[in-house]
Amino acid sequence: MNQNSTEAIKELLYKMADDLLIIGHRNSEWTGLGPILEEDISFSSMAQDKIGQAQAIYQLLHDLGEQEPDTVAFTRNANQFHNSQLVELPNGEYDFSLVRHFLYDHADQLRFEALANSSYEPLAKVARKVKGELKYHVFHANTWLVKLGSANEESHSRMQTAFNDAWNYALGMFEKSAFEDQLIAEGIFEGEDILQEKWLANITPYLIKAGIEIPASSNWKPVFGGRIGQHTAELSPLVEEMSEVFRYDPTAEW
Amino acid sequence: MYGNAYIDPNDKAAAMIANEDPQKLEAFEKRIAAGEKIEPKDWMPKEYRKQLIRMIEQHAHSEIIGALPEGTWITRAPGFRRKLALMAKVQDEVGHAQLLYSAAETLGKSREAMINDLIIGKSKYSNVFNYPAFTWADACIIAWLIDAGAIINQVANAKGSYGPYCRALDRICTEESFHLKYGHDNVVTLATGTQKQREMVQGALTRWWPPIMHFFGPSDKISNHTEILMRWKVKMASNDDMRQQFLNMYVPKIWDLGLVIPDPNLKKNEEGVWEYTEPDWDEFKKVINGGGPCNAERLAVRRNAEERGRWVREALNTTESKYIVPLA
Repeated sequence: MNQNSTEAIKELLYKMADDLLIIGHRNSEWTGLGPILEEDISFSSMAQDKIGQAQAIYQLLHDLGEQEPDTVAFTRNANQFHNSQLVELPNGEYDFSLVRHFLYDHADQLRFEALANSSYEPLAKVARKVKGELKYHVFHANTWLVKLGSANEESHSRMQTAFNDAWNYALGMFEKSAFEDQLIAEGIFEGEDILQEKWLANITPYLIKAGIEIPASSNWKPVFGGRIGQHTAELSPLVEEMSEVFRYDPTAEW
Repeated sequence: MYGNAYIDPNDKAAAMIANEDPQKLEAFEKRIAAGEKIEPKDWMPKEYRKQLIRMIEQHAHSEIIGALPEGTWITRAPGFRRKLALMAKVQDEVGHAQLLYSAAETLGKSREAMINDLIIGKSKYSNVFNYPAFTWADACIIAWLIDAGAIINQVANAKGSYGPYCRALDRICTEESFHLKYGHDNVVTLATGTQKQREMVQGALTRWWPPIMHFFGPSDKISNHTEILMRWKVKMASNDDMRQQFLNMYVPKIWDLGLVIPDPNLKKNEEGVWEYTEPDWDEFKKVINGGGPCNAERLAVRRNAEERGRWVREALNTTESKYIVPLA
């Protein structure tokens, strides 16, 4: 693997790990506050998977010479994160959290399925394990999206509104990296365009069942920037909170 | 965690079995004396049902309210290992609430009715959660010592007479034993760590000691009422016995870590009984009746969560869905 490929892989790993860490953090904020106990438990469960998956990918980065997973996750500033802006947005109400979960997890499942065949074997190995976990996340999202999208007028209107709010941010997940062509050429990753196409094909039937309309593509305005460290004002407080104890005594073992 | 259910000492003993069929009552008591479990469809005295609902419900509430002070530290837990462990722990606690509400539902009160009684302030939860978790170390002390206290209470109650509650408690206690290890490991790390960490954990212990001493409740007056509840295996151990058991198991461990317990009178006497400064029971009563530092906040958070989730529950409540009482 040449130096250039290593940089390309690192960029890919950072955006994936940061997405997982931040969405996991947001999911965990539902602990104790869910609309029913069972959902409290579901979001907590998914949060644990996401954070565990993030850790596994930071470990791959560490194997490539980056710092320890704890150091990377708990000492960077917001502008050093490569997550999409979608995942950093506050949880809002359960409708938004659920719609985001649906849009994010479908993309993540496809990303990990593709990466299970990556030419970069350490990542392929992690991806084969993670995609099994994601199956349940997607199943959860599909069930609730369809249920709440079609239950009654209020729930339908809430879900459609949340969907409209999330949509352009969701498109922002597919922001291309500077290494895109190289990743594709070397068989490391199939690329964001193909991923987005598959994602649209996968989410559409569930949206139809839920009665949720996708805006006309002429109105799509993907929110990019997250992958290069440009974030909403929401990320900084999240990162500060996350690292508050860790930074209290950086010399300590916790 | 978290429950430390206790029985209202103001209930009058005589009223407890008034109007019960003496033959049925005798058969019921014989079964309990023989170590049999009472199951949901079995005959039981009204008072037995009432006390159990109250106790299990209170335990369930303690689990969800207890998730709040610890839950606030999930987003701040230092490092992957701690973050993952704390998330799993608090998730367990919410799962315990789910199990316990189901156990209480077998006695005829729905989860919705119980949660409603919680948020209107009618039913209680463990008093310790009316205190704040100021620092990360507070969350660690809770996980170790409050969970330790709860295990003592729950292991005793698991030998009680009501089948669904006992089975829920068996499972809960297994999970709690991991929480205890988690909490202990955290406290050991802090107590043997840097100066800042040691100060942090000592501060937390000092703050939490009075609520921990309150945890098992005031000395029980041995009344006829208590006697009946013990005969029915609803109440399994006296508050003082449980407190002694706790002190015996944990004070040496706390001292081993070089931590100072804020009670100069705490010692084991020649008979092997722990002596301590009598906890401030006026403070206990004040807090249990709503005057603690976090009572209002805890209920407001819970109420807010219920309010925000209402539309979801309404959406689930379709014509084809119907209420089913859990079997056990």
